[in-house]
Amino acid sequence: MLRPALLAAALAAAFPAHADDQADLAALRAEVQAMKTGYEARIQALEARLAKAEAAAAAPSAAPAASAAPVEAASSAPANPGAFNPAISLILQGGYANLKDIPARQIAGFLTNDAASTPARGFSVDDSELVLASNIDPYFRGYFNATLNDGSVGVEEAWFQTIALGHGLTVKGGRFRSGIGYQNEQHPHAWDFATNNLMYQTLFGEGYGNDGLQLRWVAPTDLFTELGAEIGRGAQFPGTDRNRNGAGSYALYGHIGGDVGESNSWRGGVSYLSTRADARTGTLTDSNGTLVDTAFSGDSRTWMADFVWKWAPLGNPTVRNFKFAAELFRREESGGLSCSGGLLCTGSAGAYQATQYGGYAQAAYQFMPRWRVGYRYDVLDPGSREYGLNDTALPRTDYRPTRHSLMVDYSPSEFSRLRLQVTQDRANVGQDENQWYLRYIYSLGTHGAHTF
Amino acid sequence: MKPFRLFSFLFAAWPVFAHAALNVFACEPEWGALATELGGDAVKVYTATTAMQDPHHIEARPSLIAQMRRANLAVCTGAELEIGWLPVLLQQSGNAAIQPGQPGYFEAARQVALLEKPMVLDRAQGDIHAAGNPHVQTDPRNIARVAQALAARMAELDPARAALYRARLAGFNTRWNAAIARWQAEAAPLRGMPIAVQHLGFPYLENWLGLKQVAVLEPKPGVAPSVGQLADVAARLKATPARAVIRAAYQDPRPSEWLAAHAGIPAIALPFTVGGSARAGDLFGLFDDTVDQLLRAAR
Ligand SMILES: [Zn+2]
Repeated sequence: MLRPALLAAALAAAFPAHADDQADLAALRAEVQAMKTGYEARIQALEARLAKAEAAAAAPSAAPAASAAPVEAASSAPANPGAFNPAISLILQGGYANLKDIPARQIAGFLTNDAASTPARGFSVDDSELVLASNIDPYFRGYFNATLNDGSVGVEEAWFQTIALGHGLTVKGGRFRSGIGYQNEQHPHAWDFATNNLMYQTLFGEGYGNDGLQLRWVAPTDLFTELGAEIGRGAQFPGTDRNRNGAGSYALYGHIGGDVGESNSWRGGVSYLSTRADARTGTLTDSNGTLVDTAFSGDSRTWMADFVWKWAPLGNPTVRNFKFAAELFRREESGGLSCSGGLLCTGSAGAYQATQYGGYAQAAYQFMPRWRVGYRYDVLDPGSREYGLNDTALPRTDYRPTRHSLMVDYSPSEFSRLRLQVTQDRANVGQDENQWYLRYIYSLGTHGAHTF
Repeated sequence: MKPFRLFSFLFAAWPVFAHAALNVFACEPEWGALATELGGDAVKVYTATTAMQDPHHIEARPSLIAQMRRANLAVCTGAELEIGWLPVLLQQSGNAAIQPGQPGYFEAARQVALLEKPMVLDRAQGDIHAAGNPHVQTDPRNIARVAQALAARMAELDPARAALYRARLAGFNTRWNAAIARWQAEAAPLRGMPIAVQHLGFPYLENWLGLKQVAVLEPKPGVAPSVGQLADVAARLKATPARAVIRAAYQDPRPSEWLAAHAGIPAIALPFTVGGSARAGDLFGLFDDTVDQLLRAAR
């Protein structure tokens, strides 16, 4: 297996090794060091003689220009006294939503994460995000991201990451957003739209996070090339917590990217996520039109492809810039599905096999400083589904859920943003509606650097 | 000890035998040009930004991560100029050699005394730089100080060519000091000249040439001025007139040009860094053009 071997190599480089065969290597290093010191001393002596000769030749002008202004002391220390403290930032977000009163929103033909929140109607405050990040020492960096709301605190991310491995390698451990896809690592305040895209909502609820380990490698090439592998607990949808040792899920991904001229840059990639579910609860509509509860147990495998393209005249995005992003997925789930509730489903278990597709494409254009407009198209294909013994109880619709979203946002500064969005939602049969959203996003304190 | 293993280890690990060029990742064109002056063919310089880009706001593009991955030395301004993008490159590159605190990480702003250190850190003041104004490259004497430190750092990282870096530094200093003397003599009429600036990007230039900044177009650093705010500046310029309104080549020309039209003064796009104008092809051209453009406005 390549993956464990790579990981072991990375860990061996990160932590001082104490194995017996290291002694041999240490002796070798010492020998080399001794030789090197000897040679360096001789070379330094030669250099000193050369420098002396040069200095004699260039003496009149070797020092910086003598000038009218007094020579000031260089700033040797960082001026910010709080530089050693973690960078703290707080995201405030909320707004207003004008929605139809639909008690249980469904995405036709898909088993989705019921825990994913549907936006509240009227005025509401979204989760506030508190982020702390800092280098821990010369070897590790730490990051913490918690969401806060009435009576609830969620640890979204809490991880360490190596900074001293070198060779393009980084290891991340703890709870983190997976590196799969494009939007997955972004928290809602970094989205270009007020709502999540239908693909991520269907696949994960919000985004895929995991408790585990990530190994990333950036290749030493002009073309940006990164490979990533992750193993983890796999407790999040589409998997479930399964109270076992070992890894509950794994993910593999690769990205490449580069520039086209001075004005264009791009990144594209493919990802794979494999996890397992044990009695994962969901909701479907039975042949009578009644909502029934389902429990899925089995394998869930997701392939994703992502592409981002950004344009800014001469690479300067401050006045005008354009961004296009698109992602596609294919998900295969196989195992068993039991359904209960209603007249047709009475806890009956059947085989389950589904292959489903979907994606989104979006564009955002900043046409003048502070102002952007954007459009997003979402579409899902319920694909093929087999319910085994439950085939008669559970109808298979070929309805394709879609959404069209238009947004305009205004950012008085890079720390504040106001957004208006209108969405034509056709995620379910007979659930068509036009939704209106007003959103504010404010970031207080240190503003972390943005990823591409 | 097996001799073959020892030999292969030596070959891989001994910097004296490693003749690969020093890979320099320069955050801004002025430091890329300086690294080329000091290293010549011994260095391979990648310049991450151009004079037409705002160094405060750069996308952390995949191509930049790929270049940072292979760098032996990152030469950046520091003083929080690159705070919005450099951390992403450092974190994602997986390159241990160029992390802050390592010899491969060099900040030019650490080598000079910074002006305009803010008394109060409040975001209501706009996008201020907590460490002081980072645009140090507009004073050629700062370039000389940075050159001294940068050559020493290059020699430290590439000891096999230490003598070459020292020799090139001495040569650069000779030419640079002569040029500074020339620019200062030429720019003597500029002393006391009142100017308006679009962004607080020129305190070091003003300090060097004795220019008098009488107005700033951006109401707060990094905040684009509205027409109303520009009208206020134009009104104030009636009481304290300026001879020219100055901006960096990368900046949106519209605020400067609006003011120039309404106040009846020339709008000047100074190159600000290497590549910012046709003449600013290297560090010498940068100041040749800057001084000439200012002299033309003063006439
Ligand atoms: Zn600035």
